[in-house]
Amino acid sequence: MSLISLSGNLLYAAFIAYLVGTLLYGGAIKSSKPDGAASRAEKWGKLALIVTIIGFAAHVGYFITRWIYKGHAPVSNMFEFTTAFGMFIIAAFILISYMYRLTALGLVALPVALLIIGYAAMFPNSVDPLVPSLQSHWLTIHVITAAMGQSILAISAVAGLLYLLKSINPKIKSKSRFWMEAVLYFGVLVIGFMLATVVFKGMGYEASFTYIDTQDAEQEITYNMPAVFGMNDYTLLTEKVMNPLVEMPAVINAQKLTTVFWSFIFGSIIYLLVRLVTRRRILTMLHPLVQKVNLNLLDEVGYRSVLIGFPVFTLGALVFAMIWAQEAWGRYWGWDPKEVWALITWLFYAAYLHLRLSKGWEGKKSAWLAVVGFAIILFNLIVVNLVIAGLHSYAA
Amino acid sequence: MEKIICVCGHENPVGTKLCGKCGRPLTEEAKMSKIVDMKYDGAAIRSKTRNKSIVDKIWNFFSSVKVGISLIIINLIAASIGTIFPQEFYISVSTEPEKAAYYEKTYGSLGKLYYELGLSDVYSSWWFQILVGMLAISIIVASIDRGIPLHRSLKNQRVKRHESFMKRQRIIGEGSITEGDSSNTLNLVEEKMKKLRYKVRRDGNALLAERGRFSRYGPYINHVGLIIFLAAVMLRLVPGFYVDESMWVREGEMRAVPGMEGYFIENEKFILEMHDNQATENQELQGVNVVAKNYQTNAKLYKQTDDAVPGKDDDLELVKEYSIRVNHPLQHNGYSFYQMDFRLNEIKAMNFELTNKETGESLGAVSVDLTNPQNEYVIDDQTKVQLLGYYPDFSGFENGEPQTKTPTPNNPAFIFKMTTPEKPEGEVSFVAIQQTIEPNGDNAYKMAFNSVETRNMSGLTVHKDSSIPFLAIGGAIFMIGVAIGSYWNHRRLWVEQLEDGSIRLAAHTNKNWFGIKKDIDAVTEFAHLPKYIDQSENDDAEKEKEGDSTL
Repeated sequence: MSLISLSGNLLYAAFIAYLVGTLLYGGAIKSSKPDGAASRAEKWGKLALIVTIIGFAAHVGYFITRWIYKGHAPVSNMFEFTTAFGMFIIAAFILISYMYRLTALGLVALPVALLIIGYAAMFPNSVDPLVPSLQSHWLTIHVITAAMGQSILAISAVAGLLYLLKSINPKIKSKSRFWMEAVLYFGVLVIGFMLATVVFKGMGYEASFTYIDTQDAEQEITYNMPAVFGMNDYTLLTEKVMNPLVEMPAVINAQKLTTVFWSFIFGSIIYLLVRLVTRRRILTMLHPLVQKVNLNLLDEVGYRSVLIGFPVFTLGALVFAMIWAQEAWGRYWGWDPKEVWALITWLFYAAYLHLRLSKGWEGKKSAWLAVVGFAIILFNLIVVNLVIAGLHSYAA
Repeated sequence: MEKIICVCGHENPVGTKLCGKCGRPLTEEAKMSKIVDMKYDGAAIRSKTRNKSIVDKIWNFFSSVKVGISLIIINLIAASIGTIFPQEFYISVSTEPEKAAYYEKTYGSLGKLYYELGLSDVYSSWWFQILVGMLAISIIVASIDRGIPLHRSLKNQRVKRHESFMKRQRIIGEGSITEGDSSNTLNLVEEKMKKLRYKVRRDGNALLAERGRFSRYGPYINHVGLIIFLAAVMLRLVPGFYVDESMWVREGEMRAVPGMEGYFIENEKFILEMHDNQATENQELQGVNVVAKNYQTNAKLYKQTDDAVPGKDDDLELVKEYSIRVNHPLQHNGYSFYQMDFRLNEIKAMNFELTNKETGESLGAVSVDLTNPQNEYVIDDQTKVQLLGYYPDFSGFENGEPQTKTPTPNNPAFIFKMTTPEKPEGEVSFVAIQQTIEPNGDNAYKMAFNSVETRNMSGLTVHKDSSIPFLAIGGAIFMIGVAIGSYWNHRRLWVEQLEDGSIRLAAHTNKNWFGIKKDIDAVTEFAHLPKYIDQSENDDAEKEKEGDSTL
């Protein structure tokens, strides 16, 4: 087995382990019977943590073998960075687990990591050579530290989600119930994206077009999903495929819009099926699982993760970023969209920390803030990389 | 200034929530609350004590945490607006009308609006800079307003605190010891707390164990760092502190370095290397087949000797020979040269043959060096070629006159006068790429194009930023402060032995209650202290009950 296929298999093994770990965590914290529930929870919780650690070891194995194969840290495209992000989330989770012995955290942390790794797998995992600006040891230092910071911050969102799962009463109509269900629906949409990608890839779907871009130049583009939206002034080149239903102006990338569209369709179908079969909200299904968790402790875990993650994030995403930018481009700050969004993330968590000083911004409000912070991190990862073009869009 | 006199006789400034000496609550609010606000215990912050003059009002505005947070959020939103469309400095047009046209053409009416509102250059707009400035003022004012009283309250801590202070802490415990001799309890507490690396002070029957007090200064240290950083950014405006120039140097050419008096740089060679891999999926997605591996300029930096005439490139001494690559700038004397751009195959010279049209016989070769064209090229005493006109970037005729668009030799054109033994009076010919015009009818001779010599050009930027050391200092102080404030916490435990030998204890930490509870668990077991309770947890339990019925 070659090093690169070994690497791929290790990642696969990690994915399976996290999947099993999620189920074990589900078993560990579910407590319907009063008989010996505590000891059983502890046993399952331990087992779940062991499986998670095994998965993490495989994940690190993937990372190292790919590193050796490429000769530099595997964090230079969307697939690699997102996979590493998932890995650091698991690492941060294991760290916090040891600090607080809070088993229930796994029930959210693992699925979040699974969604992230699954999302990463939808991007090409080819081994690309590095462009000159990335050929620097700062690639390793800056990207890995930033990813670690983001991952620790993500754990605060994990704790926040768990807090909200418990504290929001699913039986009573409220704004927070609606938004919590919306967050869960978003998770299902990510699954929808994966399903859409896998299904159309499996079918070998391909449709090529020429189109006119914003600078009036003719370009060629290939869709891997049935083109619902057509690029500006498109001409279909492939035979026997669907003709786009709507033509978009040049400023909108209709191919990406099509991907978003199909993700919505697939995700919504899954969501509706779940709702129809179980006749319950997802929140209603998850709520009883987490009744045993201590809200006070969760609030503290959330706050603590921000405290631990904030300096790491500052160092990686701002300080190291500035040093590298100074070395590569001769200016430490250039208002590149990725830089700006790192600054926005930083400002947001600074606001979070200051809000903890004022009364009332603990518990539920704090949990929501952590979720919003994670949303900003994901925005920076997904939208800024794929939609807003800039110096950092090596991955798009 | 007015004073509040506590029951214990201590004089406190107005605005103090808890007595600086004994800790009794002084305000109605503090008396009513179950758990007191411990942020500045025993000290009053300025913004809470004065509110009369306009200075006080401004001070109070900026010292408010609420205002600070609002400013953070406003800055955040303002910064995000600048990422909706690319900023002006990332688009490749330079004049105002071109920019306006670019935004409208590329992004439609929204783009036009974006440009007209000035959002396409939002980070240099006056209002964005005012917002950042207000945030900076808020950081300074709030830090002074809170930092000094905090320092005072931490320095003047009494060991013994009043019952009403102890009972309003989040963690409290009261009762007799669970086993052993009560006269030894405080000694045991001291021993254990010292082992847990607390500093222990005793005053009669009272004990205060404290750890990580310096962490309370973390936020103030990081604010100082931030202010130094922001001030260093402003230093750029000081003349001479900041140089940012770009220059083009052709291969084999030496040019004076803009912004760097007395220095010249020579481009020996520009190198472009490509990865020779099979196109990967990612590359195909990006629409590129090959990816650059290296951009490199082999450069020599020269310095004029001190007695040389300024601007002249003689009397030069070699300072440095360096291969400038991306991520590897040439550095000298605080100046850095960055590899930023390149242009390949610029025409350097054009070679012609003076040819008889009928026989195809050549009378000799003429090589025109485009950077240094000669007026006359002599082949022998009867044969010569005169260069009557040179148009580096020929763009057509205007009133019969050839025009050039730029001084760059992108599309060179020439007017030659060919003097030959056959035609001693000379023949005039206009020669451009793939175009020859003979104004006086049919010529016997032509300038037959033979070959071109090309060379590459490197785009370098020259930078000097003397504010970098200050930025580094500010950044380092910020990181140290933020680490101190985040990774350490201030834990305090008050223990008092009452007359009957029973124990009253209270504990506070600014963060990480989980951690302090572990410490108290340890000391409780070691010194057989009464069991403590966390008042906020009872609170939550109550809240939840309430919650269930009211939600």
